[in-house]
Amino acid sequence: MKRTGGQIVCECLLREGVDVLFGFPGGVVLPLYDTFPQYPQLRHILVRHEQGAAHAADGYARATGKVGVCVATSGPGATNLVTGIATAYLDSSPVVALTGQVATPFIGKDSFQEVDIVGITLPITKHNYLVERTEDLPQVFKEAFHIARTGRPGPVLIDLPKDVFTGEAQFSYPEHVSMRGYKPTLHGHPAQVEKAVKLLNEAKRPVIVAGRGVIVSHAFAELKELAEKAQIPVINTLLGISSFPESHVLSFGMLGMHGMAYANMAVSACDLLVAIGMRFDDRATGKVSAFAPHAQIVHIDVDPAEIGKNVRVNVPIVGDVKNVLAALNKRLVQQNRADWISQIDAWRRDHPSTVIRDTDKLLPQHVVRKIYEVTGGDATMVSDVGQNQMWTAQHFWYDKPNSLISSGGLGTMGFALPAAMGAKVGRPDETVWAVVGDGGFQMNIQELATLVQDNIGVKIAILNNGFLGMVRQWQELFHGRRYVGTHMTSPDYVKLAAAYGMPGYRVTAKEDAEMAIREAMAHQGPVLMEFVVESEENVYPMVAPGTALSEIIEEPVREVVA
Amino acid sequence: MKHTIVALVEDRPGCLNRVASLFRRRSFNIESLTVGHSEMPGLSRMTIVVDGATTIVEQVTKQLYKLIDVVKVSDITDDTSVHRELAMVKVHTTMNTRSEIIEIVDIFRANIVDVATDSLIVEVTGTADKIDSLLQLLRCFGIQEVARTGKIAMVRGMGGTAPAEREKPAPVRRIKASKLAAIS
Repeated sequence: MKRTGGQIVCECLLREGVDVLFGFPGGVVLPLYDTFPQYPQLRHILVRHEQGAAHAADGYARATGKVGVCVATSGPGATNLVTGIATAYLDSSPVVALTGQVATPFIGKDSFQEVDIVGITLPITKHNYLVERTEDLPQVFKEAFHIARTGRPGPVLIDLPKDVFTGEAQFSYPEHVSMRGYKPTLHGHPAQVEKAVKLLNEAKRPVIVAGRGVIVSHAFAELKELAEKAQIPVINTLLGISSFPESHVLSFGMLGMHGMAYANMAVSACDLLVAIGMRFDDRATGKVSAFAPHAQIVHIDVDPAEIGKNVRVNVPIVGDVKNVLAALNKRLVQQNRADWISQIDAWRRDHPSTVIRDTDKLLPQHVVRKIYEVTGGDATMVSDVGQNQMWTAQHFWYDKPNSLISSGGLGTMGFALPAAMGAKVGRPDETVWAVVGDGGFQMNIQELATLVQDNIGVKIAILNNGFLGMVRQWQELFHGRRYVGTHMTSPDYVKLAAAYGMPGYRVTAKEDAEMAIREAMAHQGPVLMEFVVESEENVYPMVAPGTALSEIIEEPVREVVA
Repeated sequence: MKHTIVALVEDRPGCLNRVASLFRRRSFNIESLTVGHSEMPGLSRMTIVVDGATTIVEQVTKQLYKLIDVVKVSDITDDTSVHRELAMVKVHTTMNTRSEIIEIVDIFRANIVDVATDSLIVEVTGTADKIDSLLQLLRCFGIQEVARTGKIAMVRGMGGTAPAEREKPAPVRRIKASKLAAIS
């Protein structure tokens, strides 16, 4: 029996275990949408802007580890996905983006709503396809999902001309996929593992820097075993947070521009740095030439192109983190490094980094801390980008594996609300918080309507300081306090929540924060909360751009005004 | 130092675009790039020359490997290999200069592939240096057009750039003696 291209797309999605699509219809994808009623297993969530669909698919993918799927029509629908696809690409998130395209005879004619989305997304996808014949669909979908979820995950775009949806073909789904140009290395080379073991056994002051690769490969137990067996302090990159329980005695927080002072000190003093599933981003390393100056570096990553890209590496191990750590753990010798660990503990005592200054005012840090206290850490936190992102990373203790979702690589403002939406769809039984500034919130504010229509119970905490806070902080510190283009007004968020049809709270006093958070948690559906916080609060500690991790600027001591 | 990289890539629309886009985006400078069919159906062979002084060659090969359409990448700079480029040069001629040009062409073992009353086309194959030298000598006669292919390269002997699934020689068909007799 022949089926239409639209039906074949749905069949392929079901075969790949897809149960939800975030999308927005339009002219050329109508034949696809027309087949959705035949496939009630596929839940379609109508977003209010295609960027929201891409971020939601990304958030869903990060929360579940499954491939997130978004759909948009041709032309502007497709280009609106671009920021979301780039966000997923930079953070290695498995997303399949389906875009409609004008019918094949019209391609290249500047037809209505035609855009070369394959060309546009070339540098921000792991791979992409333009399907030219209906009968090619199963092979393309099989490859696309395989590429998206294996090796170093990433987004794959499939461009689907209208006549491919309406055309007919026999459907049979390939069982296996084999591409001669795509064979990720999953097991570390034994000789390299052996070299790493030798360095680990000999090191006096080793640290582990764990990145998102640990989360992607579900290597939580292996990382814990490695740290405990060899007694190595664990430091996280921003996206590596929640790969290792932060209440663990060997956990020493985040490194980098707004990392903990003691973490940056440990990295600067260590004699062996074991980098696991991370890529030496400039926000994490500071000045590269002064990064871990005394250390030999072991770099474990599934992507060979990351080895030696930004920093020199002594022992590279290409492979899936879970496999490589398991191989390492087998060969390791039990160690006792009490002196080194107590040294970092002493640095932590002297430079605590996460102490909130004593004040009666409502600080943004208080809000994050209160959410932590009220939830007991049992929540998925989705942050936006900027100061709110750093405070969410610093003032919540992540013990649950994979419980922080954030746009680290691309730093996409507007990410939190739609990504939290996707995360909540993927984790319906969990509390999902979106922590977002007044700037980023207004970038994808339209998705409030999606939350209400589909009753997606995201709790939104807007940290409203009336500024684009991180940019303002840089203007204060590096541009003589000239605040250009950073002061920003907001709508009345409580009225806005009412207008969209969800409860809204405004909190202006420190003592009211806890009660409001409790009320929001008690409510089943989405809730919007505005916290009117100190307007010129800065994120500390800080390593100024272009300086070494050891050059830490800590919070200046302020006079307490009674 | 100039590096010669050979990449075997899927013969699919847009593959050249993917490679070229990668070089641009990563700020790798291409000195020359040639593409053509390889010995294997469905695989094209690219020869890419990059300057090692401005581009980290290891990153070039690794980033190329990340492209799904790229099957095999080899940096053959350090291998003993044969490098060739083809050029066609249209040179202005007069009654007086034609024989002199032909002499030069003979020295370079180049060919004259077209002759007109006031010009001729020289076809020359060789290393880039050889072609540069010939151009240098022809310049004084008046070069009207130059077309160069860019370099192609191949490792000498058994060392090679073919992927693991190298094409096997076609089996030799043995014909039974009785059949042979029947045919004759």
